[in-house]
Amino acid sequence: MLLLAQLLALAVQVKRQTAEGPVRLIRIVSVNMLAPFERLLIYSGQGVRSIWTGYIDLRDVRRENERLRAETAQMRLDREREMEDARQAHRIQALLQFKENWIDKTVAAQVIGTSGTETSRLIYLDKGASAGIKPDMPVITPDGVVGKVLNVYGETAQVLLINDPTSGVGAMLVNSRLQGIVKGTATGEVQLNYIMSDESVQVGDPLVTSGGDRVFPKGLPIGKVARVTQGRNLFWDIRMKPAADLNRLEEVLVITEQKARAPELDGQLPIRASDILSQHLPGVPVQPAAPAAQGAAATAGAASAQSAPGAQTTLATSHGQAAQPTQTPAAAKPPSPIPAARPASSGAANPQTTTTPTTAKPGVVKGNATAPVANPPKPQTAPATAKPDAAKTNGTAPAAAPQGNNAQ
Amino acid sequence: MRPANLTYTSREQVEVYRFSWPISIGLPLLMVGLQAFLPVRMHFFRVFDFGLLLTIFFAVSRRSQLSGMVTGAAIGLLQDGLTHTPYGVFGIAKMLVGYGASSIGIKIDVENPGSRFLMTFFFYALHLGVFIAIERFLMGQSIAFNLGHEAGAAVANSLMAVFLFAVLNRFKIRD
Repeated sequence: MLLLAQLLALAVQVKRQTAEGPVRLIRIVSVNMLAPFERLLIYSGQGVRSIWTGYIDLRDVRRENERLRAETAQMRLDREREMEDARQAHRIQALLQFKENWIDKTVAAQVIGTSGTETSRLIYLDKGASAGIKPDMPVITPDGVVGKVLNVYGETAQVLLINDPTSGVGAMLVNSRLQGIVKGTATGEVQLNYIMSDESVQVGDPLVTSGGDRVFPKGLPIGKVARVTQGRNLFWDIRMKPAADLNRLEEVLVITEQKARAPELDGQLPIRASDILSQHLPGVPVQPAAPAAQGAAATAGAASAQSAPGAQTTLATSHGQAAQPTQTPAAAKPPSPIPAARPASSGAANPQTTTTPTTAKPGVVKGNATAPVANPPKPQTAPATAKPDAAKTNGTAPAAAPQGNNAQ
Repeated sequence: MRPANLTYTSREQVEVYRFSWPISIGLPLLMVGLQAFLPVRMHFFRVFDFGLLLTIFFAVSRRSQLSGMVTGAAIGLLQDGLTHTPYGVFGIAKMLVGYGASSIGIKIDVENPGSRFLMTFFFYALHLGVFIAIERFLMGQSIAFNLGHEAGAAVANSLMAVFLFAVLNRFKIRD
């Protein structure tokens, strides 16, 4: 007994150095003693189940197959519609150069155990450091967020679930964009904290990760609002229904690699009907303008180009028109009702750049908004061969293109 | 010479049992392992505390307070190893339960299913109380618990104890 007690005391004190830092020997011994046993139980259970599901229980498979085919066809249609939305969103993100964390690599792992107590909501995975898993990596299922890796051992990893009171996930309500922190309660529920009670929160509102915790990438589903009651300290007491069934986890994905990158445009922007029309419709003849207004228009346009990307075309055009009477004929911006070229470099704010001839390639213009004009304006301003997607000077110019064309 | 005055509760009259080493070590490992594994597939098993039941069983069978404390501490530390809380929370709670169960085992009949039910219910409540006290006063964490849920868990564990102790009686060796 004394020997056992001393061994226990020794094991509690001794820390073994692992790749992830010092870990108490007794913790390593506990986990390593129980993990093989749990793994054996899981694998033997799987074997029996696979025999049953693979050979014996195959009734109704044909009917199920037909139903799934119909469902797949419907889902293809839905997918196409959603893909179009996603492509549009990516285009906009690329134009604005938004960067966010993308999931690059995941490791699938099987749940082999729990903490065995209700006070500590943990699960154990059958993969550990040898599979590239490290502490603080997010753990998800296709349904939503599960938790994050807490400790890693050789062949096992410990995952803290989001319904543990000590967990915390940066979250955002999809409809209202309100941000809070998701934590667990002592009874195993999931609650959203720090939402002021003067904000509007509806039961059923979906909740996603906000990315603010630097652990979970933005946009992963967490769950839905299940109950909203008045809490303490002017905050709502919001209870969530987790998207992932935390009580029946069998397989999970560990996100082992994330990369911050902006979405890329694959190829040129699609040509819109308005672009084609602009090439064939007659333009409005150039009116002579006073030269003095040119500088003012250019300066004002440049200023606008530095600020609001979406508004720059409108501002540049209005400045150009306002200054028109004093412009010189050579550098005058034509007061055309057809806003000029769809593609515009960062110099889109400059009235001259909107009058670039049809052979111009604004994408290669890498100057600032006040770049001098080399060519005199022409009445027909719509460029036939312009490549707006190549315009990557400061990321503001391409936003002008759709506006200009839509104005037609 | 006058013989010693023996009573019903004298240690010489109560039955003291021991267990083989494989049972003493293997059974706690098996039970704690099952407790960690079973909730993966059957969530309701989370309410059972097999470590606590085993601590009570060993303590009342051996009827030795020191042995009960060591067994409780060892099982509790093993459970602590599977959680992310500091070592000693379950260790202390189960050590006290082991001491209490072995003390009670000397005083009353613990072979009766009714007394086993009541005894387990009482020690479940004691274990919970010690756990909350440690969390609140030693670790400074506020522990909220659902009284109805805990009462249900206490009854479930007590029923399980009646069944489990009957099975585990087979491993007893009369001292």
